[in-house]
Amino acid sequence: MSGIIRYGSYIPYFRLKKSAFGAGRGERAVASYDEDSVSMAVEAARDALRGACIPDSLIFATTSPPYAEKLNSATIAAALDLPGETRSLELGACSRMGLSGLILGLDLARSGEATLVCAADVVIGAPGGARESGSGDAAAVFLTGKNEDSIAVLKGRASATTELIDVWRLPGDQFARQWEERFGADVLSPVMMDAITRALKQAGVQASELNRVIVDSANPRVTAAVPRAMKLTPEQYSNPLQNTVGRSGTANIGLQLAFTLDSARPGDLLLLISAVDGCDVLVLEVTENIHAGRPQRTVEQWLASKSADLDYHSYLKWRGIMPFEPPRRPEPERPAAPASVRSGRWKMAFVGGRCQVCDKVNLPAQRVCVKCGAIDKMREEPYADALGRVATYTLDHLAYSLQPPVVAAVVDYEQGGRLSCELTDVKPTDVGIGTELEMTFRRLYTGQGIHNYFWKARPKR
Amino acid sequence: MASNGICDRVAIVGMGCTDFGELWGQSASDLLIDATTQAFSSAGVEKEQVDAYWLGTARGYSGRALSEPLKIQYKPVTRVENMCATGSEAIRNAAYAVASGAYDLVAAVGVEKIKDYGFAGLAGILPPSDGTASTMSPPATFALLVPAYAQKFGVDEAKMKEVISRIAWKNHCNGAKNPKAQYRSEVSMEKIMNSPRVAGEFGIFDCSGVSDGAAAAILCRAEDAHRYTDSPIFIKALAFSAGPGEGYASQDYDFTTFPEVVASAKDAYKQAGIVDPREEISMAEVHDCFTVTELVLMEDMGFSPRGQGWKDVLDGRFDLDGAQPINTDGGLKSFGHPIGASGLRMMYEMWLQLRGEAGERQIKAPGMGLTHNLGGAPGSCVSFISIIGT
Repeated sequence: MSGIIRYGSYIPYFRLKKSAFGAGRGERAVASYDEDSVSMAVEAARDALRGACIPDSLIFATTSPPYAEKLNSATIAAALDLPGETRSLELGACSRMGLSGLILGLDLARSGEATLVCAADVVIGAPGGARESGSGDAAAVFLTGKNEDSIAVLKGRASATTELIDVWRLPGDQFARQWEERFGADVLSPVMMDAITRALKQAGVQASELNRVIVDSANPRVTAAVPRAMKLTPEQYSNPLQNTVGRSGTANIGLQLAFTLDSARPGDLLLLISAVDGCDVLVLEVTENIHAGRPQRTVEQWLASKSADLDYHSYLKWRGIMPFEPPRRPEPERPAAPASVRSGRWKMAFVGGRCQVCDKVNLPAQRVCVKCGAIDKMREEPYADALGRVATYTLDHLAYSLQPPVVAAVVDYEQGGRLSCELTDVKPTDVGIGTELEMTFRRLYTGQGIHNYFWKARPKR
Repeated sequence: MASNGICDRVAIVGMGCTDFGELWGQSASDLLIDATTQAFSSAGVEKEQVDAYWLGTARGYSGRALSEPLKIQYKPVTRVENMCATGSEAIRNAAYAVASGAYDLVAAVGVEKIKDYGFAGLAGILPPSDGTASTMSPPATFALLVPAYAQKFGVDEAKMKEVISRIAWKNHCNGAKNPKAQYRSEVSMEKIMNSPRVAGEFGIFDCSGVSDGAAAAILCRAEDAHRYTDSPIFIKALAFSAGPGEGYASQDYDFTTFPEVVASAKDAYKQAGIVDPREEISMAEVHDCFTVTELVLMEDMGFSPRGQGWKDVLDGRFDLDGAQPINTDGGLKSFGHPIGASGLRMMYEMWLQLRGEAGERQIKAPGMGLTHNLGGAPGSCVSFISIIGT
């Protein structure tokens, strides 16, 4: 058998109030202009891997891959500084792949491969539609492994595949479309109920015994049908993230699972259902290990750390929905592929160097030490988790950005070293000399069809 | 091992400088032809008499950028580039070439045609990279100096804004007296202080002009100078410093100084035998790419004691009628900053002032003059200093 041994979640800093676009109460989480499904997956995965084993395999599930062709999971693996021997897979095309990926990860764990299952999505809906107001951007990551190490073990599962047109999007289209919801619900609900029955039977669990039922579907009518069909109490199924984050595509089921695990007790029985183009169902039982296996940051903490005054205009600009007047500055150059490979662990994993002769930190690692001049005496040193402070900063109104002014800072790290870099997830008025910072993996910009990933600093969240 | 200098071994015997500005009607070639034609005429020489050329330009490529428009007949033309100190680098290399005896008469030429690019400010042309370098714009990198200086020397925010604004005000006053300057009008302190923000404390008036232009100089060995002119000017020192980039690597760098400038100043003073630059340098053209740069330079070059430069600025020490006039031609601020031409433009002001030809802005009986040219940003830059006299 196998189970989940660690997990991590991520909710971006920005929230859009639904009232900002006339869609009632509540908020949706919004990936910043420099985030995408890959960078968010990295954020959640960093927490899942903290103090854990190195995974053998990596699975990435998203319906919003930054590259349509090119392995996005390779970017995640590189940012996490995973070994080159890591197997990596990518799932997409349907938001159910978040749960499908987790089940696959549990299967791989059973055959001896610890697997990092990453799900992240930036969900874009056409302006004015339910998908815009009801969706959100987030990531959830689970590390699967052997039974004895698990914080939650697999008790049962079932799957189904259904060919239908319910939610669909052609390559190159910006927005998904949906058939009349009643049709999809009528086709999917019986498929889902059958899968639930099979999974519960395999687990030997009654619906009434479940402490938590997490339901996910691209079709709201399918989600709504579950409590009555299963005779659930509100305590068993309520989803408080719907009006704070929104349905976050492939990450939706995982984010709710992470939220549940944040406060779960040993022995809790959890039922996970994702019904899109068929259905996946998973039954988990929380173990005694839960107390030791929780991540540094809970979903609640991510929820509380936010800026909720994002304007709709910026949101539309960030998502590329609305054209805008570009800055009168040269467009950023694409990063060169060979130079990116050469700088590998610096660019992707934020690994710097420390001179073994004079102990000076060089960021990035230099062949010749900036202090003592020693040649090729640099030892690599990870800086992704380094904490720093603003040494000095300025607001740059001229630099090319989707969110001017750029807050540019000189960062001094606690473990030594200095770097000049951009701050993100920040309000200019909240920055001062001495502001505490942590590093975050971001997509700086896209130049001539190539995404430029690197690290920025943000005030501690 | 030493920087020995070539004090009094090389003379400038002719110079030319175009108007600087948004010269929509002129190409880089036009500007080069105009500046060199003026310089040849100033030295009383024909193009054929010049043995070798150094062309400073950040955007033009190779010696052909000069040889083709001028139709140079198979002579050596070297293109040099050293960021915003490119024009000075052309002079430095040309001077060493005549000093060595390799050539008798050489030309240093600088040009930039920036306004054809169609965007605000300057932008570097960089080789393909991994995309991890800081993307701060030039004003942002220099804006880091403002709060750092204010904090270290206890100058409050409002006073600091007044200090940097006064530098812009002074340089506009000087530029207003210069028929070749890009901006030829005085600007009120109020207008400067309230101009739209570009970066940090900088408003648009804290930034140098972005301009097209060219300038040229004709150089020979000192003993030959009087063949060409009765009033040559002589090179006392040429110093250059490029740093390891320590400011962006070391936590002890505090953004109130340019170590490269300190190093080049020290070398230049040694070459020229200057002991007290505050007293011995009677005027200077310095790299006021942004207002605060000029303030920090006053201290790095020893014109003001450390931490006291802001008082000298407010006291008018560096005004045209002050004890040590700085940027008498308006500086980068008002004359404009066509990158490759700027170092030569600074030298052109030395040429005019030392020969008594600076017209309305002529200072009385100048002794030694200094030009300072900087490329890069606080933390990592290149710095050039020359000392010039008669």
